[in-house]
Amino acid sequence: MNISTRQRDGVTILDLQGKMTLGSGETALRSGLQDALAGGATKIVINLKGVTTIDSTGVGELVGTYTTVTNRGAKLKLAVLPPKLQDILTITQLITVFDVYETEDEAVRSF
Amino acid sequence: MPLEHRFHLGIGSRFENIELVQVVLRDALERLGLDEDARHWVDIAVREAVANAIKHGNRQDPDKRVAVELGVDEDGLIIQVEDEGEGFEPGEVSNPLAPENLLKPSGRGIFYMQSFMDEVRYGARPGGGTVVTLRKRLPVPGADREPAGSEEQGEKSE
Repeated sequence: MNISTRQRDGVTILDLQGKMTLGSGETALRSGLQDALAGGATKIVINLKGVTTIDSTGVGELVGTYTTVTNRGAKLKLAVLPPKLQDILTITQLITVFDVYETEDEAVRSF
Repeated sequence: MPLEHRFHLGIGSRFENIELVQVVLRDALERLGLDEDARHWVDIAVREAVANAIKHGNRQDPDKRVAVELGVDEDGLIIQVEDEGEGFEPGEVSNPLAPENLLKPSGRGIFYMQSFMDEVRYGARPGGGTVVTLRKRLPVPGADREPAGSEEQGEKSE
């Protein structure tokens, strides 16, 4: 998995690309998030448009991200979920936990 | 119909090898006529089984192997994943949908398998270890289409 970080209207955007699976660099999200928080980010959007596959480890990384951000008093939104990722979050009932938006624009405006 | 073997793969207990299983598995599933959605969900379930075998079964011991076998019988697809670990008791696994577990970062692998396959069974491997058997019914060709001329037949029977 690849991750890149950018700023947009005071919001930190983390763009994820590729597989969020065990053995595919699944910890990249954790380190990208730590860097963002260390840089003072308080409004964070994870753009998941480029994610092709997510296993239970990848879902665990998203959950870990949510708890880390929340514990720091920051806010996290998910944007542009591919249909299969949306299915996974629905099946695992995590769709009720995350703040999910269809587009990045909506996620950024929601803060 | 007896079991028809499609592939047997032995891998070392390293997470990178999950990708190797995925490549072979997806090719076999495509040859069997599964559509992209079905291939994706079977792939995810098998990933979880192999990951569990490496992580919890063999505890990433490089001297221990994980075997993956795919076959077809009259009920559909059968995938078996074997490890050489200490055995496993599925009753010990907590429900990841319970409110107290929802925000735990781990513990969803077995739930994934049960969600995406028609049947998941656990057994003991001869000589030690666990065998996970995953089953998925295969689509019957043409089952989703209306039989040709069915309306005319209905009218004739009146």
